[in-house]
Amino acid sequence: MDCKIVPSVCSYCGTGCGVLFEVMDGKLVGTMPMKTHPVNEGKLCIKGWNLHEHVNSFMRLKQPLVKTFGRFIKTDWDEAIQLTADRFREIIEKYGPDSIGVLVSAKITNEENYLGQKFARAVIGTNNVDHCARL
Amino acid sequence: MTNSIAEIEEAGCIFVIGSNTTACHPLISRRIFRAKEKGAKLIVADPRNIQLSRFADVAVTHRLGSDVALLNGMMHIIIQNGWHAKDYIAQRTEDYEALEKVVNTYTPDRVQAITGVDQKNLERMAELYATNPPASLLYAMGITQHTTGVDNVKSCCNLAMLCGNVGIRGGGVNPLRGQNNVQGACDMGGLPNVMTGYQPVADPKVMEKFSKAWGKKLSERPGLTITDMIPAMLEGKLKGLYVIGENPKLSDPDWNHLNHALKELDFLVVQELFLSETAQAADVVFSAASVAEKEGTITNTERRCMRMRKAIEPIGNTLSDWEIICKFSTAMGYEMKYENPEEIFNEMRSLTPKSYAGMTYERLGLDGLQWPCPDTNHPGTPYLHKDQFTRGKGKFHDIEYKDPAEMPDKEYPYFLTTGRMFAHFHTGTMTRVSPHLDVEQTTGYVSINPKDAAALEAKEGDVLILTSRRGQIEVPAKLTNSVAPGLLFLPIHFGESPTNVLTNAEAFDPLAKIPEFKVSTVNIRKFSE
Repeated sequence: MDCKIVPSVCSYCGTGCGVLFEVMDGKLVGTMPMKTHPVNEGKLCIKGWNLHEHVNSFMRLKQPLVKTFGRFIKTDWDEAIQLTADRFREIIEKYGPDSIGVLVSAKITNEENYLGQKFARAVIGTNNVDHCARL
Repeated sequence: MTNSIAEIEEAGCIFVIGSNTTACHPLISRRIFRAKEKGAKLIVADPRNIQLSRFADVAVTHRLGSDVALLNGMMHIIIQNGWHAKDYIAQRTEDYEALEKVVNTYTPDRVQAITGVDQKNLERMAELYATNPPASLLYAMGITQHTTGVDNVKSCCNLAMLCGNVGIRGGGVNPLRGQNNVQGACDMGGLPNVMTGYQPVADPKVMEKFSKAWGKKLSERPGLTITDMIPAMLEGKLKGLYVIGENPKLSDPDWNHLNHALKELDFLVVQELFLSETAQAADVVFSAASVAEKEGTITNTERRCMRMRKAIEPIGNTLSDWEIICKFSTAMGYEMKYENPEEIFNEMRSLTPKSYAGMTYERLGLDGLQWPCPDTNHPGTPYLHKDQFTRGKGKFHDIEYKDPAEMPDKEYPYFLTTGRMFAHFHTGTMTRVSPHLDVEQTTGYVSINPKDAAALEAKEGDVLILTSRRGQIEVPAKLTNSVAPGLLFLPIHFGESPTNVLTNAEAFDPLAKIPEFKVSTVNIRKFSE
């Protein structure tokens, strides 16, 4: 049996507790508090202790989806990305870059937020970028 | 937070206002309990009788939306008794006279009439806060989600500065952030008016720097906030929307309004872990990898930037959000290519001189670093404004109390407020699919005082129909003394009883554009077949 422990940070509230993911044979099986972490000092709340459960949920999306005649059809990345890029380019050509909005997220990483706003500003050409800090 | 989570333990007094800390930030409430064990005083002000109230030296349930009056009332008493920090005010702040003039008019009688808090409790709150330094003030969305959100925050800052509590260890004004990386999303420029590290879009020098780094001429016109995007969709000005990891359909202030708006879009693409309410409305859904399946950093509420590490391979055909953005960007004709998140982080910090420049993946280690961290020898900053404020002198604001947008009347006689409960998170997309959390609370509910329930002849679990000026929902009753008669509480996690059918999208803070989720008015009746 291959067993490893991977340090990370809880992705629920803004406290930022240090967690240890328990991985057995490539499967995520548990979450433990990091004993030496400056924020949570070896403690977690009920959400933190069960952080791995949403990762393993059968409800997870497993592939990109495209809506055709009101129903979602499974597709691959190339098609999903190409279709979206084509439609966005059409909109920009017709109505200009400020007709597009981008919502980045308080749930993704700093790197991804950085790229998300770079995407809005450099790729689309708009400052219409926000997220749910207010909500 | 101006100060660190661990410093709460060093406080002489902790004032919690508009935060149900034990339910929403349990590991921060742990610090409050530890501080209490060491002798700290605890003040709790919340419209509900929350768990923390039971442990408080003084706990008050002030009327919804009356925070400015309550805080002004405390300051009135502090100044009357000469408990304010005169030297600190003289050396480090400005416009004190304006504050004094305004709070002079907030006599205990007037404050009681607005807030419902009696003079004895108000005096006790003022005395405990002012005479037990350092005092730490903690708040959350109970302060900010109001039409007077900015006024509320400024009033908290007034109180803290009045007693010399900003810029000292164990004190501070400490907003508790609700999402793991809401601090980081703001720091990274995920806002329509600022770039990374809050460098303004309207500053030509800033935009020149970014234009050069990104090889593209950038717009200097500030963009739309999420609150402004909705009317822009309805007016046909906003045609395409790219939503990354958010569920605005459940988190935005008006479900019906937003529903119409999303239908007006030519194209909606949503990047998600689950087929959320918003993803269901999308034209294309990008399947994203979860927290355990990717590398990257997040920044918590105390400004601590920390690394998350990849534990398992992405499930199914999912990709990390950064990989999806790179692919999308490249398909749009702007090549984005990075080997790993560290390379992105290094590009970001090279453009963010004051706060993130000194952080490297190696330096972050297991504990992370708190910004500002301007160079690679800087140890990070546990608390802000140590010798002087960012703007130089701390500015007092003279703030008058204003009523919330809706007050109870004959037609809608009940106050409604919203929030979280301990086992669930935000719109429930993550917690409701976790068996051990779902079992704690499987459906939505409305908290109602037993007296109000008796008047409706409603028992625990009976379905109530809640109606506001926007719409109506059906939801089972939970009888509890945690809400006073005339006040109802709805948790925001449950799509089958969406709070934002009832809440007011028209009412938001003029400056921060934050919707008034915490105050609306409703009528109730019992469901009968």
